[in-house]
Amino acid sequence: MIISIILKKLQQAIKDLLPIILVIAFFQIVVLRQPLPQMGEVLFGALLVVAGLTLFVQGLEMGLFPIGESMAHALARKGSLFWLLCFAFALGFSTTVAEPALIAVAAEAADIASKGGLIESSQESQKQYAFGLRMSVAFSVGLAILIGVMRIIRGWPIHYLIIGGYGVVMLMTIIAPKEIIGIAYDAGGVTTSTITVPLVAALGVGLASTIRGRSPLVDGFGLIAFASLLPMIFVMGYGLIVFG
Amino acid sequence: MEFVYDFSEILLGTCRDVLPIILLITVFQLFVLRQSIPHLPRLIVGGVYVVLGLALFLAGLEKALFPLGKIMANQLSDPAFIYGAGEIVTHADWKAYGWVYLFAAMIGFATTIAEPSLIAVAYKANEVSAGTISSWGLRITVAFGVAFGISLGTFRIITGTPLYLYILVGYLVVIVQTLFAPKSIIALAYDSGGVTTSTVTVPLVAALGLGLASTVPGRNPALDGFGLIAFASLFPIITVMGYAQIMHWRTKR
Repeated sequence: MIISIILKKLQQAIKDLLPIILVIAFFQIVVLRQPLPQMGEVLFGALLVVAGLTLFVQGLEMGLFPIGESMAHALARKGSLFWLLCFAFALGFSTTVAEPALIAVAAEAADIASKGGLIESSQESQKQYAFGLRMSVAFSVGLAILIGVMRIIRGWPIHYLIIGGYGVVMLMTIIAPKEIIGIAYDAGGVTTSTITVPLVAALGVGLASTIRGRSPLVDGFGLIAFASLLPMIFVMGYGLIVFG
Repeated sequence: MEFVYDFSEILLGTCRDVLPIILLITVFQLFVLRQSIPHLPRLIVGGVYVVLGLALFLAGLEKALFPLGKIMANQLSDPAFIYGAGEIVTHADWKAYGWVYLFAAMIGFATTIAEPSLIAVAYKANEVSAGTISSWGLRITVAFGVAFGISLGTFRIITGTPLYLYILVGYLVVIVQTLFAPKSIIALAYDSGGVTTSTVTVPLVAALGLGLASTVPGRNPALDGFGLIAFASLFPIITVMGYAQIMHWRTKR
């Protein structure tokens, strides 16, 4: 029973990776006409990635997603604005800290920054820089979900907030050090992948369906949009502190 | 032996990374909602899976996805491959990098079309629009959008033009589209930007950009290497609204 579930998940993971494998194989064989260097190591790594993602998603579906959804619904019904906002912030913050893509990209950014001489090249300062990046992103996602929940409750139109946010991003770009801009813009897309999206979506739809006059299909969305906008602003702020 | 040591270090790190989630669940469940945690054994087993899976993923990432993105970038932008052996190149000619643009576009398209979160968004868009937006049509449009976005992003890295100019133009397009798009689709379209960049795509695409910036003459990874993911999350917003608008307009006529 368990084995058949695992096999099914594994099949799914391989299906997700297949398009990437096909594209790379096409380029190696037809365009570059040379074998991939370090083939063995890459294959071993790919196996770890597939196995890891499979386990990770399985674990989320077994434990975190059901309880996260039931908590989101329970808090939405409880009617205490204070606790709801605390929960929104904590949910955004904690799921972003555990987001795999963000861990990976932050470490890479620290590596690049130390090679470029922007920070000291010691392991310690690299770790500190990566940690600082992740904390600024996690804090901003928490704040974003909080604002998004307020929006759903009050029924503010989303586009004013988003367009205002775009304005702030552009203003920050003018004053932020130019070494941080690329990673700051990328931070928006990195934050919202495996853990954050399903839980945050559950919170939004749960809220919109408990508040009278809100439609879950129309008002339930928009939380992710804030979660991809605010990190850009906060990471540029972090850059101002670190490099500025 | 070294692998075991590295892996246990990663494992320790991931335990720390999931700590905030554990705190969140216990504090809110026990003190705010005042309920016992349902299905506790199941939750604990799930938690162990999450920690182990995360650690395996991160270990594999270092060995596969990052090197893969960099190797492809290095090979496709290798001066000997592009300009022929023996040439000394000081300035990058953007017209010579056709294969890079094609590779970026194909990776963007291939990873987006199969992306589970996009499938979910497309399904909901179909529901919200009462059937005027077909979910297949939307998926293909978004995949083309991401393909074009990442390809344009590699063009930006090769030419070294400032990232904010492209994003600024993209934002202006989004704002103009917001004025004309059907109201019910706006929030969904904004969300789709964050949704399309998955856990596997992000490291691969980030490594592609960093690899390009380190082999193309005159580029600096710290300044030019990032930004591809920003393109990949901006273009879906534009394409979702554009597609909704066209379909809306067509049914009206």
